[in-house]
Amino acid sequence: MREPFIFRFLSALDARTRAGVSAFLALALIAVPLLHLLLPAGSPFHVSTYAITLVGKIMCYAIVAIAMGLIWGYGGILSLGHGIFFALGGYAFGMYLMRQIGRDGSYQSDLPDFMVFLDWKELPWFWQGSDSFLWAALLVVVVPAVVAFVFGYFAFRSRIKGVYFSIITQALTYAAMLLFFRNETGFGGNNGFTDFKRILGHSITSSEMRLVLFGLTAVVLALTFIFAKWLVSSKYGRVLTAIRDAESRVMFIGYNPLWFKLFIWTLSAVLCGVAGALYVPQVGIINPSEMSVANSIEIAIWVAVGGRGTLIGPIVGAFVVNLAKSWFTVSFPEYWLFFLGLLFIVVTLLLPRGLVGLWKTLRTAQGAKA
Amino acid sequence: MFKHLLATVLLTGAFAAQAAPDPALIRQLGDEDSSVKVAAIQKLAQEGDPATARVLQAMADDALQLAGDKVLIIEDDKAFDAVSGEPAPMPADAESITVNNRIRGELDNALAALKLFDADRNVRLDSARQLQNKVSSEMAPLFERALKKETDPEIKPLLKLAHAQASLTSKNPATRLTAVRTLSESASPAVRNMLQPLTEKAGEPDNRVRYAAISAIKAIDARLSRAETLGAVFSGLSLGSILLLGALGLAITYGVMGIINMAHGELLMVGAYSAYAMQSFFRAYFPDAIDWYLPAAIPLAFFGAALVGVIMERTVIRWLYGRTLETLLATWGLSLILIQAARVLFGAQNVEVANPSWMSGGIELMPNLLLPWNRIIIIGFALFVLALVWVLMNRTRLGMFVRAVTQNRAMAGCVGVPTARIDTLAFALGAGIAGLGGLALSQISNVGPDMGQGYIVDSFMVVVLGGVGQLAGAVWAALGLGVFTKLLEGWSGAVIAKIVVLVFIIIFIQKRPQGLFALKGRFVD
Repeated sequence: MREPFIFRFLSALDARTRAGVSAFLALALIAVPLLHLLLPAGSPFHVSTYAITLVGKIMCYAIVAIAMGLIWGYGGILSLGHGIFFALGGYAFGMYLMRQIGRDGSYQSDLPDFMVFLDWKELPWFWQGSDSFLWAALLVVVVPAVVAFVFGYFAFRSRIKGVYFSIITQALTYAAMLLFFRNETGFGGNNGFTDFKRILGHSITSSEMRLVLFGLTAVVLALTFIFAKWLVSSKYGRVLTAIRDAESRVMFIGYNPLWFKLFIWTLSAVLCGVAGALYVPQVGIINPSEMSVANSIEIAIWVAVGGRGTLIGPIVGAFVVNLAKSWFTVSFPEYWLFFLGLLFIVVTLLLPRGLVGLWKTLRTAQGAKA
Repeated sequence: MFKHLLATVLLTGAFAAQAAPDPALIRQLGDEDSSVKVAAIQKLAQEGDPATARVLQAMADDALQLAGDKVLIIEDDKAFDAVSGEPAPMPADAESITVNNRIRGELDNALAALKLFDADRNVRLDSARQLQNKVSSEMAPLFERALKKETDPEIKPLLKLAHAQASLTSKNPATRLTAVRTLSESASPAVRNMLQPLTEKAGEPDNRVRYAAISAIKAIDARLSRAETLGAVFSGLSLGSILLLGALGLAITYGVMGIINMAHGELLMVGAYSAYAMQSFFRAYFPDAIDWYLPAAIPLAFFGAALVGVIMERTVIRWLYGRTLETLLATWGLSLILIQAARVLFGAQNVEVANPSWMSGGIELMPNLLLPWNRIIIIGFALFVLALVWVLMNRTRLGMFVRAVTQNRAMAGCVGVPTARIDTLAFALGAGIAGLGGLALSQISNVGPDMGQGYIVDSFMVVVLGGVGQLAGAVWAALGLGVFTKLLEGWSGAVIAKIVVLVFIIIFIQKRPQGLFALKGRFVD
């Protein structure tokens, strides 16, 4: 008898990882809500709304980082345009949130405010059904998947790889950003979507809703991590790594790299879309600058800082870089770009295996001494 | 002595007598009611008397005053009678004649009309041009008189067009027909709009005139669309030459080292800021020779960017050979640092880089097609740089080494090519060319810290399309992409054009992954 699916996932984890994931979930689902709701705002152990939003946001980034780690670290495909999938997921869910505003917008219309502003009389066809949560959730998965599949199919079929592929993904995101900046595209143009009021009829700004979103993000992050762990240790994962290291040889053995690459590429896009959908209600805004080239390249640096070829690395990287960012942009806004630029250079020159690699090297060195 | 003086007085008197404008009209210029003023200005203009020009000019300069019943021109604290033009006592109770915007516009037209009779040919030409789009039916006799006097071959057709526009509303169908026929020679959208009402029965009762108007509009449309296409091709060539300057450097560095320099756009920025620096230097020390700052900035842009390039290559890129994906990230880091450095040094705002006076203006091929000098010069400059690079790559020892390393690094090293030094030199060369591109760019677009970001994607598209390490490929791809983009922009808007170009490139790579021009050889990976 085959064991149930979930056990096969879990069996991919060793005991230490299993303990780590459990601790993380306990922290996010039990400790944080209790500390936020029960302790008074003055207490040193109180978890503030700001902290919940910040960590929730970074957990979304961490999901993106895992998605990037999968294609870059294991597939050898560096995408400099993953922001597009993140933003597509965000926009898909943002449409639902816009519809949930109902008549509470500034113009008290059934249509979202920006459409009233553009003097549109009815919803465009691609907004049909966006008032349904399930349809929105479906779009979050399907839209990035379709875009990634079509783009990836043509790119991988003609064996575009390496820097060529990276630059073309960058151009794709750039073009999409320009498209979404236009008012006529029908996604709010420059301002994007904002001023959300509720999800499934519940207020979006209440503590409870924040905690639910926070917990949901934590669960998705944990599931993504476990699934990715299982995936890379499966047979598929090994073929993928082989393609990364020597694509021609894998072809000569008789595999067609196209489908292997296409699968991980599409999966990665879907993960980004889900992360985007979780991100938008927590941050409260989605606009085309999420698709900017700079944002997409930053995703790559999270992975590089954490360490490629691991799955914990991207998570560590996403947290380290983004915590540094929110500290820098408040304390020394002038120097953030210098710091980020240096980070790019130092990590690629001196830390090719990232922080996780550094940690491992230090541990080995200690072990050798002892 | 007395005789002489007498002669002068007589002559002035004769002139004044012949040219004196109607005193009643002049008085009306000082009327309370704006409409009366406007009517007076129009009538004065139609009389076409050059002496009136002084009065109207004074009115436009707010130097016309009303003292009792007399209209006076005030020049340097002296008063002149507006009718006779002779000095008059400075009155104590004069009040200025107010000129509002409506009157000011009317005055401009009237002055331009009067200038049609000026002695200076250039003044007449300017005025004829200026009047083209402001013709009203009352001006018909004015143009007729100007036409009779005019002999200049450049001014005459302009006057004819203006006259025809003015006589379109004539009562006489034959006059209208001639006017419509003359107007079919035009290429101006304004004339086209003017003819539009004549194509319908309500606007034009006479059948012959109506048919003439319909065919005239067809002729104008054909001319307009030809001018539009030519204009798009021209701006495409100009965009292409900028892309070429950006892509040439990228093609060299990518060809030799197989790395994409994401900071390439920032090297453009370095070039553009050296134009700015040189301009500030000239403003401060040689304000008389300010027009020459641009040639003086050429070496600064080249060597400045080359120096930045060498520093980048020696400190970062050199250590990443064989790790192309990481090079993308490291050079992106470099670009962030350069952008922030530019912000700290020159401020986050765009800086102003002025065109030298010899670059302003342009060649007017058709009424709605102007080829600006700055773009023509940039196309020429790009060709010059291209020629230079070609000579360098194909006729010098350095070029031979660069080509050798591009084709086979290991083998080049085996036969004694100092590959490490060639890398540095090639990188410096590519960076220098980018600097020159930035210099050219500073003349047609904004100079700011972020300016390089928009060009890196486009430059790389050129390299992808053209094939690696190929000058010919880069040239055809840059010009082709430039013209293609601009033609598309004409009918679909800039954003859609960009997306279509991108899709086109992706499809193109399906068919020819090696680019337009592929290096012949065998590669393994």
